[in-house]
Amino acid sequence: MGTQKSGTPGRGDGRRVDPPDVPGGAPASLLEPAAVGDLLRILREQGYRTIGPTLQDEAIVYDEIEGLGDLPAGLTDRQQPGEYRIEERSDDALFGYNLGPRSWKQYFFPPSLRLFAARRAGRGFEIEPPDADPPALALIGIRPCEIAGLDVQARVFTGGGHVDPWFAAARERAFLVAVQCAQAAATCFCGSMSTGPRAERGFDLALTELLDEGEHRFLVEPGSARGREVLAVLHPTPAGPAERARAEAATRRAESQLSRSVDGEGLPELLEAALEHPRWAEVAERCLSCANCTMVCPTCFCHTVEEVNDLSGERTERWRRWDSCFSGEHAYIHGGDLRPSTRGRYRQWLTHKFGTWHAQFGSSGCVGCGRCIAWCPVGIDVTEELAALRVGSDRAETAETEEAT
Amino acid sequence: MNDSPAPPKLKVAVWKFASCDGCQLSLLDCEDELLPVAETIEIAHFLEASRAVAPGPYDLSLVEGSITTPQDVERIRELRAQSKLLVTIGACASAGGIQALKNFARVEDYLRVVYATPEYVETLATSEPISAHVRVDFELQGCPIDKGQLLEIVLAYANGREPRVPRHCVCVECKRAGQVCVMVASGTPCLGPVTQAGCGALCPRWSRGCYGCFGPMPGANAEGLDERLAMLGSDPRERRRLFSTFYANAPAFRDRHAQGRADEESS
Ligand code: SF4
Ligand code: SF4
Ligand code: SF4
Repeated sequence: MGTQKSGTPGRGDGRRVDPPDVPGGAPASLLEPAAVGDLLRILREQGYRTIGPTLQDEAIVYDEIEGLGDLPAGLTDRQQPGEYRIEERSDDALFGYNLGPRSWKQYFFPPSLRLFAARRAGRGFEIEPPDADPPALALIGIRPCEIAGLDVQARVFTGGGHVDPWFAAARERAFLVAVQCAQAAATCFCGSMSTGPRAERGFDLALTELLDEGEHRFLVEPGSARGREVLAVLHPTPAGPAERARAEAATRRAESQLSRSVDGEGLPELLEAALEHPRWAEVAERCLSCANCTMVCPTCFCHTVEEVNDLSGERTERWRRWDSCFSGEHAYIHGGDLRPSTRGRYRQWLTHKFGTWHAQFGSSGCVGCGRCIAWCPVGIDVTEELAALRVGSDRAETAETEEAT
Repeated sequence: MNDSPAPPKLKVAVWKFASCDGCQLSLLDCEDELLPVAETIEIAHFLEASRAVAPGPYDLSLVEGSITTPQDVERIRELRAQSKLLVTIGACASAGGIQALKNFARVEDYLRVVYATPEYVETLATSEPISAHVRVDFELQGCPIDKGQLLEIVLAYANGREPRVPRHCVCVECKRAGQVCVMVASGTPCLGPVTQAGCGALCPRWSRGCYGCFGPMPGANAEGLDERLAMLGSDPRERRRLFSTFYANAPAFRDRHAQGRADEESS
């Protein structure tokens, strides 16, 4: 699975330490757009459920796709804090958008999952086994930051002593067809989290969509033995230096479009020292404590466990559901709510994601996808909040130094 | 099943004040679910279902409707004294309901418009929640309430445990359902971020904004949402109306109504 804990804290890209699966770098080849349809067909024939981008209710979301026609050809998204709009492109790009509201975590960490059931039997009870295994999924169009997000969640669910069986099985079976980013949304900041806009590993196949000069082709790089096998069936043509150069230019274009960033330098320490910063109260005036940021975040893993009993009291099911540090139940223990204020909840979210996550899981909890920025209904921007906390903290430090001298 | 003697049945009564009967209908709608538990529950008073009534005291009173007449005030005190547990069901009983719009107007004006002979009508100037008059053990929100949550309440009390009803907002249900946010993706005003969960994000799932019919969630930041709606171009009247429906009288929404009025007058 390639999860590892040795990454440099604060950099979030320990992933690149692993040697590539393909010795000597990936031999890139070329595919026509129609071959993407063949790829879907082949993966389905091999028993994968193909999940990929498709237009639904004014957004490009991940859902089951059956063929080329389900892809959002010619569409793109324009994003701002609290705003997402679909727009038409001037070309027929199949993957010419960035990220929608649904992350892949829905398949590895489902919003609601029945863990098991218990049935009364005499004076005791019998356990009914958990739900069926997760299906084998082919993730079509997973982006570099999303591969990183999956890795972060894998460390949470499978990295410790207690392995989550659903996550582990789903991850083990998944076939990843990555799409390298050729453009960045205004909400993206993968560059400063070292998670994109290009993935070097962690995929079975990686596509770069080449669209310049009237051409429409895909540069394909295999990243695993499985990937090479599938690619062989598609009979690709070899790529030359010109196409490689175009793929690199696409990455550079995306890089140059990145307009947001987070300064990770000493961030955990800075946040730890900023617990009483006035900014928390300011952001709490705008924050609705609605939990949207945590629901769309590809790495947030908080959940609640509920017992649901039938009316006769004969049978009880245990369900695991997405929860959030912004919900009233999350910190509710005997006697009351530990975090009743929005100030406290927002502070918990930010200090965990960008601070204490390092000590807990060996990396940042953020991969820079920008979803929490776009899908916050009031447009609160984590990069802006972190910058404000830094400015204030610097000032506080300067004040202290001035006083000292 | 087990060898201990059957525990005494939970004696349940259902009462109505100023309301449309919709929440009681939700209870009637639970017929199939409640039949199997007839051994644990006795419906002692439920006029909508049966004319047979048993006298109090009751273990659990489910109260629908708001307090709008002097007689209501007397009757709810009497019911409280007769009930071990008193649970309000729905927006009217829990917050005053849509009829609490009269709290923002002169009641005589309404009387004149609606009734041919207003002098026959004896009404209070306000529509108030049950909690304004007596102690309430649990307020079940919704206009109408959700059948599943109602069953949860009854079963919880029948089994001697606390009811488990979410305290988070509709957005959590919306996102768990994988729905695309109408506010972010199309700029549609939505009360989901400040509204108590329970409906399963019914309206957003039909690409409409949430109307807030489960009322403000605990700690709702309605002011923050109101400001965002203003930024998105919604005018003061539209925003005031958004907050002034089934839960117009709930404090978090009532404040928005008052602010909206002030903004309209100054603009
Ligand atoms: S914190 Fe925001 S930007 Fe970072 S991974 Fe989560 S949703 Fe993406
Ligand atoms: S930051 Fe935004 S999305 Fe997150 S809880 Fe606050 S208002 Fe909701
Ligand atoms: S559509 Fe409404 S309920 Fe759903 S996430 Fe958006 S604001 Fe919340």
